[in-house]
Amino acid sequence: MSIRIQEKDFDISAEIAALRKDDPRVGAVVTFLGAVRDMNEGSQVKGMTLEHYPGMTEKALQEILDQAKARWDIYQTLVIHRIGPLLPEDQIVLVVVTSAHRGEAFAACEFIMDYLKTAAPFWKKEDTPEGERWVDARVADDAAMARWNKK
Amino acid sequence: MKLQLRFFASLREALGISQEVITIPDTVKTISDLRTHLIERGNPWNEVLAESKVLRCALNQVMVDANTSLQENAEVAFFPPVTGG
Repeated sequence: MSIRIQEKDFDISAEIAALRKDDPRVGAVVTFLGAVRDMNEGSQVKGMTLEHYPGMTEKALQEILDQAKARWDIYQTLVIHRIGPLLPEDQIVLVVVTSAHRGEAFAACEFIMDYLKTAAPFWKKEDTPEGERWVDARVADDAAMARWNKK
Repeated sequence: MKLQLRFFASLREALGISQEVITIPDTVKTISDLRTHLIERGNPWNEVLAESKVLRCALNQVMVDANTSLQENAEVAFFPPVTGG
């Protein structure tokens, strides 16, 4: 399990290669790549800044990966989340999960992202033509997380 | 009891403070009590931490609910619902 919070960009190919290197058990690699959009809530987004809670962020992500590992038969997990200033089209978050078969990796990857959206202490501040604004949490994210409790 | 307080994102900006060390009276026992105690400071605390505002709280860097008991020298953070990913 690997967790990285960083300002700099990442190379998704290199990250996947490193995660499954020397592990011939791996038959499936599922990735989620999040990117900065240029529109939100009807406004143009010129850029954004990501703030986080150093220390708690790593703890929260570790807890998320531990739960995924306990729940599904997966091998390796990686989360990279960028912080600081970002522009539209920039990569912002990467989740990679390896497993023997795709079903476990798909489920674990989606779970990790849903959990991250509601429990990892990151906050986005957008720069729009109307000025800067903090992004509001979405009710849909809580609903996406809640459905994992029913399964 | 002594506590290390931390504030993030919109709360940090609205309060104009990111952290402080405070000593609270014995009557302040839970996260909820602490929030009320801070609201009693008046403007801008009473607006930023108002009961009508949806906030999250962490005790020693773990998300907790309002009924959680405080601990000596704990790090207590208040922040808005998270928006990463």
